[in-house]
Amino acid sequence: MAAIIQGIGAATALTSANSLDTKKSFFSNSRRSLSVGAERKGRTFVVRSDGHLSYGLNGRGRRAEQLITNAVAAKEDTAAASTSSKPGHELLLFEALREGLEEEMDRDPAVCVMGEDVGHYGGSYKVTKGLAPKYGDLRVLDTPIAENSFTGMGIGAAMTGLRPVIEGMNMGFLLLAFNQISNNCGMLHYTSGGQFKIPVVIRGPGGVGRQLGAEHSQRLESYFQSIPGIQMVACSTPYNAKGLMKAAIRSDNPVILFEHVLLYNLKERIPDEEYVLNLEEAEMVRPGEHVTILTYSRMRYHVMQAAKTLVNKGYDPEVIDIRSLKPFDLHTIGNSVKKTHRVLIVEECMRTGGIGASLTAAITENFHDYLDAPIICLSSQDVPTPYAGTLENWTVVQPAQIVTAVEQLCQ
Amino acid sequence: MAASASSFAANKFLQPINSTRSIDNNKKTLLGNQLKDSSFFLGSAKKLYMKKPFSSQNSKSRSNGVFAVSEVVKDKKLNADSSLSNLLITKDEGLELYEDMGENVWFVHLYNGQEAVSTGFIRLLKKEDSVVSTYRDHVHALSKGVPARQVMSELFGKTTGCCRGQGGSMHMFSKEHNVLGGFAFIGEGIPVATGAAFTSKYRREVLKEADCDHVTMAFFGDGTCNNGQFFECLNMAALWKLPIIFVVENNLWAIGMSHLRSTSDPEIWKKGPAFGMPGVHVDGMDVLKVREVAKEAVARARRGDGPTLVECETYRFRGHSLADPDELRDPAEKNHYATRDPISALKKYMFENNLASEAELKAIDKKIDELVEEAVEFADESPHPVRSQLLENVFADPKGFGIGPDGRYRCEDPKFTEGTAHV
Repeated sequence: MAAIIQGIGAATALTSANSLDTKKSFFSNSRRSLSVGAERKGRTFVVRSDGHLSYGLNGRGRRAEQLITNAVAAKEDTAAASTSSKPGHELLLFEALREGLEEEMDRDPAVCVMGEDVGHYGGSYKVTKGLAPKYGDLRVLDTPIAENSFTGMGIGAAMTGLRPVIEGMNMGFLLLAFNQISNNCGMLHYTSGGQFKIPVVIRGPGGVGRQLGAEHSQRLESYFQSIPGIQMVACSTPYNAKGLMKAAIRSDNPVILFEHVLLYNLKERIPDEEYVLNLEEAEMVRPGEHVTILTYSRMRYHVMQAAKTLVNKGYDPEVIDIRSLKPFDLHTIGNSVKKTHRVLIVEECMRTGGIGASLTAAITENFHDYLDAPIICLSSQDVPTPYAGTLENWTVVQPAQIVTAVEQLCQ
Repeated sequence: MAASASSFAANKFLQPINSTRSIDNNKKTLLGNQLKDSSFFLGSAKKLYMKKPFSSQNSKSRSNGVFAVSEVVKDKKLNADSSLSNLLITKDEGLELYEDMGENVWFVHLYNGQEAVSTGFIRLLKKEDSVVSTYRDHVHALSKGVPARQVMSELFGKTTGCCRGQGGSMHMFSKEHNVLGGFAFIGEGIPVATGAAFTSKYRREVLKEADCDHVTMAFFGDGTCNNGQFFECLNMAALWKLPIIFVVENNLWAIGMSHLRSTSDPEIWKKGPAFGMPGVHVDGMDVLKVREVAKEAVARARRGDGPTLVECETYRFRGHSLADPDELRDPAEKNHYATRDPISALKKYMFENNLASEAELKAIDKKIDELVEEAVEFADESPHPVRSQLLENVFADPKGFGIGPDGRYRCEDPKFTEGTAHV
């Protein structure tokens, strides 16, 4: 559909993907704007996640009482400087996704990939690079540009025993498949009285990129979140990208995995051992005492950028990457609220009917008595994402706004 | 019967355009077919086409282009002597078809008039083969073997329904019988059917299950054929040679929209060759003709030779649904089709060929009446779903409801099981 335009949008990604050895990334792009600087620094905030290994092979089987320990990660903002002597291996986020996908394809021959340019081209952001030569054209299926139909085809394949991973070349294109995602992905298990399962993963790049224009810079979480029967997760680090990809593929539920166009080239050292994350669980990014900051996807890095300033100003914020956009991990979130009594939500989603709005409602409903101040929700503006870099930056939440909001909350 | 199947040569289908042929040759082929097939079978249709503005060309091609299949069937009929081997069906098959068509007449989006299509196609399938239908799905479910009791109970919204009362008249499913729905929006079932066909190919070629020859049938109407999903899936199915049969039940009306007012070229079957697959037009009021076409299409799909598009020209005797006042259709048109009732036609055929006696068919009628009555009784007496069922089946893995404030999965909450949890 809009693939030609997408091609232009993807050009940055391709450039960087093709120059892996030089370790160039989006962030060295000369069109860099304010937020890019944040992004670059943000890279150093990637949380070392080796401690999560205790999840075991299948996070979904875990018992509830283990949740507390599992949600806790290292507190220090250790720079992700890595050397080859350390355990694990270093890769970029898109490579982590690919690694997860490849492991699952090796593990289960029913796992297949379908989408536009996922095969010979290797995916617009190279998440499926090299898979078609390895697994063949049928398992890594290049589809015609027919979003609604190939998504529906994935659903039909899932009903009859396969586990398709459906890539939206850009998440925005999946609006063309909205009927299939909503009516069929979300409802068929229910309307069939539980007879048919739809174990599909729908994934792709979304979010506000770098001057990609309104249609390619969509914040779709709000559109998808009220579909019954669908789970939604957003990845933000190479570690959780791989773990969530694997968990989503193994889940018997339809899962939408949100990736962010600007995070594909994040680098992190991840374990060599196999791991699978829990789809329903939030990730503690930085434990703190004064205020709970709930965020996900790219905004995690804006928050961590702001956290640095906040720490310098004497605040001790607790940062949680909610990761599971639907359902919310109310346990991890609740524990934090009970500790800090103040909540700031930072999201890239639309303000109206967005994830933040739902999160605000859920917290008010469940933890109102623990709150010492009204929840503040910083969302992106309810405007079509502007093309101009200046306007685009004002559309999404910037670190300075986060600092101001925390100061206001903690008055 | 095997004899008739094999004598029904593939070259009677309009073959897809071969990419190696020149355009001129293609023209010749198409023209040749039109010249050969000089009959048409639906008088009323012709009348309607004549009404169409600026399309004398079209109406001509419609009447000339009616497909070879009916011709084959006709020839066979004419040549048939009284010996059973030359008939289109055996006695047992005839009785089975009659019974299945008899069962198919009821329900919400009524199917009266179109019985020959569902019966003619689906009775040829194996249990492993899949069927995808629309909101007129109860009939396809019945033809595929879902017990009438379960179908009726589903209509009643009872727990004994094939979907536990969670699907309803427009969302019938049966995993056991591979009925994949039950799609209430126009066209959305076609991609799902294409996916099921993709699985067959995948199992054969990727999972190396050499004996997987399962086929999928997608049923939909003339209105759907103007929807993008129809075209998108014709393309993909032909592209990958998927074992699928696209069955158009052209009843000439999409609720109140005449097929001729909505479609630039009303001959839907022609869209098959345009995508590289055979397109067939068949008299959808004649179960035996439908069956002959279906046999060939199923065989083709099983062989791995790819999809077929079949346009069955049929008619619904009643309005679109129970809510349709049915004010737009010309009484003359309705009367014309009423005389072509597929069940009466089969009855007549069986009598004329000494395949069944009046008494035998009466016995089937009685059996069907009893079956329907029994199904209604069963459904009526079946329990309504209780509240504890409310939250079941939303997620295949109920952990999808997430982790509650207490750190436990919500689905572990007793209130969840009771159906009273707030999710």
